[in-house]
Amino acid sequence: MDRTLADVADASDGRLLEIAEVTGTDGDSRRLREIGFCAGAPVRFIRRAPLGDPAMYELRGALLSLRRSEARRIRVHRAGA
Amino acid sequence: MTTLVRLRPTTPPKRPGRLAILGAPNSGKTTLFNALTGHRAKAGNYPGVTVDRREGDLQRRFGADDVRLIDLPGVYSLEPQSEDETVAVRVLEGGFGEPAPDGVVVVVDATTIERGLPLLAEAAALGLPVCVALTMIDELKARHGEIDPAELEQELGVPVLGVVGNRGLGIDDLGALVSAAWDWTGSPSLSRGAEAKTPEDRFAWARAVLGACRRQAPEPNRWTRRLDRFLLHPVIGSAVFLTFVAFFFQAIFTWATPAMDFLSGLMDGLADQVLVALPDTAVTRLVADGVIRGVGAVIVFLPQIVLLFTVILFLEACGYMARAAFVVDRVMGWVGLEGRCFIALLSSYACAVPGIMATRTIPSPRDRLTTILVAPFATCSARLPVYLLLIAAFIPADPVLGPFTWQGLTLMGLYFLGTGAALLSAAVFKRGLLRGASLPFYLELPPYRLPRPSDIALGVWDRAKLFLRRAGTIILAVSVVLWFLLNLPRRPVDPELSVVENQRLVLEGSYAASAGRLLEPVFAPMDFDWRINVGLVASQAAREVMVATLAQIYAQEGQDEEGLGVLLSGSGESGSAPLLSRASALALLVYFAFAMQCMSTLAVIRRETGGWRWPAFTFAYMNGLAWLSAWLTFVLASAAGA
Repeated sequence: MDRTLADVADASDGRLLEIAEVTGTDGDSRRLREIGFCAGAPVRFIRRAPLGDPAMYELRGALLSLRRSEARRIRVHRAGA
Repeated sequence: MTTLVRLRPTTPPKRPGRLAILGAPNSGKTTLFNALTGHRAKAGNYPGVTVDRREGDLQRRFGADDVRLIDLPGVYSLEPQSEDETVAVRVLEGGFGEPAPDGVVVVVDATTIERGLPLLAEAAALGLPVCVALTMIDELKARHGEIDPAELEQELGVPVLGVVGNRGLGIDDLGALVSAAWDWTGSPSLSRGAEAKTPEDRFAWARAVLGACRRQAPEPNRWTRRLDRFLLHPVIGSAVFLTFVAFFFQAIFTWATPAMDFLSGLMDGLADQVLVALPDTAVTRLVADGVIRGVGAVIVFLPQIVLLFTVILFLEACGYMARAAFVVDRVMGWVGLEGRCFIALLSSYACAVPGIMATRTIPSPRDRLTTILVAPFATCSARLPVYLLLIAAFIPADPVLGPFTWQGLTLMGLYFLGTGAALLSAAVFKRGLLRGASLPFYLELPPYRLPRPSDIALGVWDRAKLFLRRAGTIILAVSVVLWFLLNLPRRPVDPELSVVENQRLVLEGSYAASAGRLLEPVFAPMDFDWRINVGLVASQAAREVMVATLAQIYAQEGQDEEGLGVLLSGSGESGSAPLLSRASALALLVYFAFAMQCMSTLAVIRRETGGWRWPAFTFAYMNGLAWLSAWLTFVLASAAGA
């Protein structure tokens, strides 16, 4: 399995990714986990907003928008790679 | 003093009285609340429409007449970060001087059920009886998804019902469920969820629960994906948006005009009838000129208000508003704000009062205050009558391109002007007195949903009623007061002069005229007449009063045959002098775009910020900016020969 870690902010295609961890221990990090960005969850990049930021991701059946600064906190690796 | 007779029954009542509705943002709580209570609270297809708790009684037809429902703002978890979430948690814990609710309906969007169940685990941990309403079951099926509520009920040990709130499906069952005794106790599985300590544990539990049921996850919403590809495309999306907006503003001029002319004729006819039918006394003139013509001048804009809200409500209900926030988020980032501020600003286009209340979803106090301070710049519907009157009078209806005329484009420009002012001021505040890092922003993008026409119609009807109520209360009150100020002090009737000439003399010497003249030094640089000054003072109460004031003044001057706009620009056949030059009219438009002229908004800012400091500041800086910009507009427009 390809274990090279990167953040979800680097994703630019629709491949399925798996969340490795959400960095940080503050309230922001907890909130990201509460809305479903937990370790082990599959996530998929959908598209960027026309001005380049934020980006839309598919997570647990919902579409969510994250700014690059938040997406940087979400470390991912390719699912099943 | 040791033994007191116990009056209360020792056994708790079988059916507890108060039931809270809890769920993630945009999971359909308010729609459900409305269906159960028969209320018509505002619901929309974007997160954060409900920012306060709201209570209503369960409709009796469900079989119980003592069940109270509490609609809560949407929360992702019970560890709150923003004020609206705090409200939800405080209600559940028994805040606001009321006991904790006796049970909780957890609303879970069936299409994203995995994301909704963790909240159920948290709710179960409160120790209250819980039940589950699975909403959007129709959408789940349309996307070939499958879940059996009965199976989920088996697994969780508490009632689970599938409902489609806006179509009323399953509502009877849910109503019957909450009408009976709430003796729900969860299964060991639910207890395991309640014991979970971290979000990871709760999501793992949700997966385990779903794994125990036969379940088919829905396919991605194809229509939403396709529409997004189109509407969020950098070039096509922007073009579609701009065309749509331009078309809309043009429609306000071209489509709404016949309806408006009809209402206008109705009001004039009514005023004339009153003048003819009743003896010519002060009371008759108060009714005809002050009330019917004054308030009527505002009421004639009802068609435009209806059109405006039809479009706004449609965009909200179909899911486009959340996309707009997604597109504009980058700009908000430059300004230093987050997307939720944009949502609050968006609602301010209807009215700044709910817009400012919507800032409760913003977790950062600084961002929230900044948004509150700039929200009144958003072009609220109260500005519309003033804009329409002045544009129709002073801007030519010459075509620019296709169906678009200068009038429509000017109106669009004024909306952009308000938006620009809001964003620039926010940038200044965030860099200056309210500096602070932005908090993370995540926005859930709901699927596109085709709104039901009846829902839109009901929403528009509510807004139209609100507009008419405003006309019948604050605008009526100010108009009546104004009538007295325009007609006092009394002076002896000069028999040499005609009735109209006598009326003009009274007007010229009235208290209102003196006040208007007193303000001349302030507004002379823009060449505003004392009549405009009176209107500006009166419209501090509410912006539409400007229109009512001018209508009254003209009526009193005996000029009520031609339209108000024709009189303003002096383009009529009577050859009366224009009240404003085009440069002054443009200055007045800009003044209205920026000025803080709304008592209700100041009152809500005071309430939300807890003091008079910020409303006073908003009043000062917005009116200062309005004056400066109006003056600059006048100078530039005069130089350009307007």
